[in-house]
Amino acid sequence: MAARTVAKDIITLRGSAAIVSEFFGYAANSILYNRGVYPEESFVKVKKYGLPMLLTEDEGVKSFITNLTAQLSEWLEAGKLQRVVLVIMSKATSEVLERWNFSIETDGEVVEKGVSREKSDKEIMREIQAIMRQIASSITYLPCLDEPCVFDVLAYTDTDVAVPFTWIESDPKLIANPQMVKLHSFDTKIHKVDTLVSYKNDEWDEQ
Amino acid sequence: MDTGPWSASSKMKSRYPFQDRLFRTKNSQENLDRFIPNRSAMDFGYAHYMLTEGNKKGREKENDAVTSPSREAYQKQLAEAFDMNRTRILAFKNKPPTPVELIPKCILSPPPPSKFSKPRRHIPQSSERTLDAPDILDDFYLNLLDWGCGNVLSIALGNSVYIWNADDSSTAELVTVDEEDGPVTSVAWAPDGRHLAIGLSNFHVQLWDCHSSRMVRTLRGGHQARVGSLSWNNHILTTGGMDGRIVNNDVRVRSHIVDSYRGHQQEVCGLKWSPSGQQLASGGNDNVVHIWDRATVSSNSANRWLHRFEEHRAAVKALAWCPFQANLLASGGGVGDHCIKFWNTHTGACLNSVNTGSQVCALLWNKNERELLSSHGFTENQLTLWKYPSMLRMGELKGHTSRVLYMTQSPDGCTVASAAADETLRFWNIFGTPDPSKPAPKANTEPFAHVNRIR
Repeated sequence: MAARTVAKDIITLRGSAAIVSEFFGYAANSILYNRGVYPEESFVKVKKYGLPMLLTEDEGVKSFITNLTAQLSEWLEAGKLQRVVLVIMSKATSEVLERWNFSIETDGEVVEKGVSREKSDKEIMREIQAIMRQIASSITYLPCLDEPCVFDVLAYTDTDVAVPFTWIESDPKLIANPQMVKLHSFDTKIHKVDTLVSYKNDEWDEQ
Repeated sequence: MDTGPWSASSKMKSRYPFQDRLFRTKNSQENLDRFIPNRSAMDFGYAHYMLTEGNKKGREKENDAVTSPSREAYQKQLAEAFDMNRTRILAFKNKPPTPVELIPKCILSPPPPSKFSKPRRHIPQSSERTLDAPDILDDFYLNLLDWGCGNVLSIALGNSVYIWNADDSSTAELVTVDEEDGPVTSVAWAPDGRHLAIGLSNFHVQLWDCHSSRMVRTLRGGHQARVGSLSWNNHILTTGGMDGRIVNNDVRVRSHIVDSYRGHQQEVCGLKWSPSGQQLASGGNDNVVHIWDRATVSSNSANRWLHRFEEHRAAVKALAWCPFQANLLASGGGVGDHCIKFWNTHTGACLNSVNTGSQVCALLWNKNERELLSSHGFTENQLTLWKYPSMLRMGELKGHTSRVLYMTQSPDGCTVASAAADETLRFWNIFGTPDPSKPAPKANTEPFAHVNRIR
């Protein structure tokens, strides 16, 4: 009995990578919905992490995020992914308005030696749920995006990663003098993900 | 300017050899000879660490000149302070699709156009002018008021018919019929705006030329009772009588009766040809509305109606064909019904029914806006302006002190005249002001004016 309980809570590198990349998929959808980057009616509601989550129905966005999470999963399994950034830019001026920063710390021992760690699914889900709630509530303090916006995703990888041919190197698309709000973290015991949103300082408008 | 930083940095170089080496080994091509803190690219913790602890350690390092694990760890940590050193930043070549601008457009753009294109129209609450209408009959079943396309209004008061010229406000008595022939029960202008049909209690219909003020002819034999309703369709004058009969009279020929429609059991009080001239709507005291098709009627001896609507629970006098939507008819019921109903006369479907809370004596569509005007009796004796199709009440016009039996509108569609049992004739400017930019439609507002001109 006890042995079975233990077996259930074991998490492997591959499982952790799947959880983290899936998290990015849902988080990206949630940000795009909550920040109004795409029209509200292009999203459908699904149940995930014990929350109603919204997923885009737009074929273009859908395939973009699918390709993204597939690639992220690959890098996560190799332990090469350091950070994922979702950037929201003004469509007209390409000015960066928001950066959603997900920093990833990978347990090197797991990648090198292939050992596994112990953490229950339930606990991870609870941690992710807290982040998702924070993303949904972020609209209360983030400045209003009152112009048409586009988004992009940047992946920060180790330097020894070969660039897949569908990817290109990019500049970090930083915001000058940003406001930053740190959100919750979650930890699979293999990948630890810290979430932070930085946005254009409103005070600039007042000056 | 160049020499300044360079010299400063060379000084730094000599003072902090560790820093110098780090930059040279990893960044030589990027010209980072001098560290300029970029708040957004790094955090201050590392910067501070590098400037204080790092230098200390660096000096220690210099002193022992041995590679220790702690130094390696520090070097790694330090490198992390610089994004450009530790990582590659990658992005998809194919960018996500840009969002369709549908949402922001419809949030942002509608207000300005609506502001400019449709200024809110003022709806006057009182009548623009009031004229006396002595001896007007207080009879729900009659049609005693009509405004022709010649901009002349005709009204029957007792045994007399008066004409009022809206251009110069001149009034003239057209005719007073003999006591035994009267009273006058209906008036209707022909599409030419010159000839007036007058229905009488003696079952006859008279045709008058109002330019010369003389009678052209008398139509006899159509009815066995008073003629309370009239409607023109080009050269056809359709008459409805108390005997429940509806007769088509061709006013050009000697034997003028060309068709008759049987369907009503009681007095026909509402009669209107559709703008296309293809369908005739009739309403009777038997609470029934009939739609007659001109084509099938003339070819079919049975003279069957196209549709029969029995939904009203009182006499139907108020009938109005929609000027902007084909096959749409509005009908209003009298005391005990109080409803305005909308019909698709093509399919026979009842589209909407609104209880007004009062008898509906007359209905008029606004030719300029999607609005309907209804006139009522007890208790308010008001005119109600409705938005179509929402049927929101836009205004209640009060002034009459008795039921508003008859309504008609000016040829330009802007002014409404109403005559009530309180013996007044009131003019209301509630359908907007004439639009000078489009005078052409005005000429065609009379349904058969264009047909007339062709012939």
